[in-house]
Amino acid sequence: MLVIEDLHAAVGDKTILRGVNLTVPAGEVHAVMGPNGSGKSTLAHVLAGRDPYQVTSGRVFYRGADLLALNPEERAAAGVFLAFQHPVEIPGVTNMYFLRAALNALHRARGFEEVGPSEFLTLVQEKMRAVGMDRALMSRSVNEGFSGGEKKRNEILQMAVLEPTLAILDETDSGLDIDALRVVADGVNALRRADRAALVITHHQRLLDCLVPDRVHVLVGGRVVRSGGPGLAAEVEAAGYADFSSETGEISEPVGATK
Amino acid sequence: MSAPVALTAGHTLDEVARLGVPTMCGEPTWLTAVRRDATQWVADHGFPTRKHEDWRYLDLEPLLGLPLSPAGWDGPLPASGLAGLAIPDLGGHRLVMVNGRFAPELSRLGSLPAGTRVLPLGSAITDDSFVARRYWPAPGHKYLHAFEALNAALAVDGCVVELGDGVSVAVPIEIAHISTTAEDAVVSSPRIVVFAGEGSSATVVETYIGTGEGVYVTNAHTGVVLGRGARLEHYRLQGESDRSFHLSTLDVRPGAESHFSSRLVAVGSRVARHEVHVRLEQEGATVDLDGLYLPSGEQCHDNPVRIEHVAPLCTSHQLYKGIVDAAAHGIFNGHVIVHPGAVGTDAEQTNKNLLLSDLAEVDTRPRLEIFADEVSCTHGAAVGQLDTDAMFYLRSRGIPEWAARSLLISGFARQVLERFVEGPIRERAEQLVTTHLQAVEGESGSSGGAR
Repeated sequence: MLVIEDLHAAVGDKTILRGVNLTVPAGEVHAVMGPNGSGKSTLAHVLAGRDPYQVTSGRVFYRGADLLALNPEERAAAGVFLAFQHPVEIPGVTNMYFLRAALNALHRARGFEEVGPSEFLTLVQEKMRAVGMDRALMSRSVNEGFSGGEKKRNEILQMAVLEPTLAILDETDSGLDIDALRVVADGVNALRRADRAALVITHHQRLLDCLVPDRVHVLVGGRVVRSGGPGLAAEVEAAGYADFSSETGEISEPVGATK
Repeated sequence: MSAPVALTAGHTLDEVARLGVPTMCGEPTWLTAVRRDATQWVADHGFPTRKHEDWRYLDLEPLLGLPLSPAGWDGPLPASGLAGLAIPDLGGHRLVMVNGRFAPELSRLGSLPAGTRVLPLGSAITDDSFVARRYWPAPGHKYLHAFEALNAALAVDGCVVELGDGVSVAVPIEIAHISTTAEDAVVSSPRIVVFAGEGSSATVVETYIGTGEGVYVTNAHTGVVLGRGARLEHYRLQGESDRSFHLSTLDVRPGAESHFSSRLVAVGSRVARHEVHVRLEQEGATVDLDGLYLPSGEQCHDNPVRIEHVAPLCTSHQLYKGIVDAAAHGIFNGHVIVHPGAVGTDAEQTNKNLLLSDLAEVDTRPRLEIFADEVSCTHGAAVGQLDTDAMFYLRSRGIPEWAARSLLISGFARQVLERFVEGPIRERAEQLVTTHLQAVEGESGSSGGAR
């Protein structure tokens, strides 16, 4: 599904990813853990096609094709979805309108029929119930005045409606209480299918308790320093990241922006 | 109907002012005296220059040098093409002015509540000269500037709206100005006066449409006087043609506990200036002033707003937004003055601008002068480009770049438009904005077909 080969990326003249190798087969959920500044968010944004991040070398294949050659909307049309760590506020555009515009943009790009208003309403109401989204938030501007938890819930709602083939969650768990964590985990679990995959980026193990990944990768200093089964998350939680940096023979220097 | 006196085609505005008194055949002597006085005012004070605070960002050179002919002083209406004009209808009373003159065949005045009058200014002068005196200032009046004086000197038609005490007119009263000028630079001076009696309420919509290719000048004046507890919503939808000049002055005197709203959408004209002047002299009045200006190409849109809080416990809220494209220029020049004694004043002034190109220019100057204690006054201004985070967010959801731009721009505009009353007025305003943005975005090469 996703194959990342020796990926190097920079913002300006600052190198953040220093040779990431990672493979996520179809049907699996993988977690990427790492300390602040290890390049986790950069990895997520590079995969989604965010502008200021420059890929300096390496390759990314998504379902066998060159992902990096596509612009953000083409990646979305191909089935890639990024749940943002900091969802953006869009004044003057209602949540409902936005979500339908997004779904129909994907449908058009894939050559499907557009979804009409009433059909969409039925669909979105079902998904809203599933993620526990407050109805009132649908007629408000996208994320404007939403609490931190409501914003994250909104990301999961979008994911549920758009049904990506590859979902990337960028620290969607940060700042959430246990109930909200459960919503995120359920959202990912609901998408699990043999022909889909997810990459869950997180700082803590908490989310991985509700969402058992098939593999865990530890990212330190812009590189995957260790990969293992679900048990690796607990190991990281117990020992911290300090031990991992020594495995590479490098001191992990914090890089990248931690918004 | 009447022959022109003194004025002929080919004079510049400046010369028009120096030519002396124009009079209409058979007009009352008091009106001739007012015109003489107003013309003298222009001769004495001249036209504004950039040295004037309220005119410092606007280049009047192209306007003042134009050879002009005053509209409506002679000749019949240009009948050709009028029948084919698609004038959108708001469903209420409609008074149509073509090139500055009342066009009865295009107008529709339904039945009105007792004590209420809606009629063309030209008829009002003829019908009752004594009453019509109050549609002009008295000689010796201190005009705001030469254009206000010129309107008083040259106005021959327009609209009078008088609402009796306690009268409520449910449907909109629309005053549609259509310019069909093909060649000559014509100056038209529509004059609109609204007297809203105690406890009355109504909605007045001024629309400006240009259908010709010619250069023309609209120099409009709207005077509004509200009685105690009156409610008036005023709309100005300005879609003049590309080579025109549009100057308008909206002068408002709210009564105690009255409520006035001014809502502007401007897309047209080469140079447009939409001035609002409110003097709050009665306790407890509330005014909301909202504007959306969208200059593109080489257009310039100037929005001077001057609010004087004289009486206590008045509220004034302003939200002006600009969407400026290509090499266009947007100006917001807001001035709130809280006079001594205006305690309990609540004044808010917000101006936000969206620049859609590197050549677009914005001048924003929200000013606040406070000479009273115990007041709540805020002001703020912002100038920015499309939010790159928001663009990426939308694109990451599959929305193409052109559509994401369009969504963000219309979202920015919507915050003003959602203050418009729901129904045909808001729809008309939205349509004006959407049509304009589609044309602009199409030209900038980021088009991608229909949504």
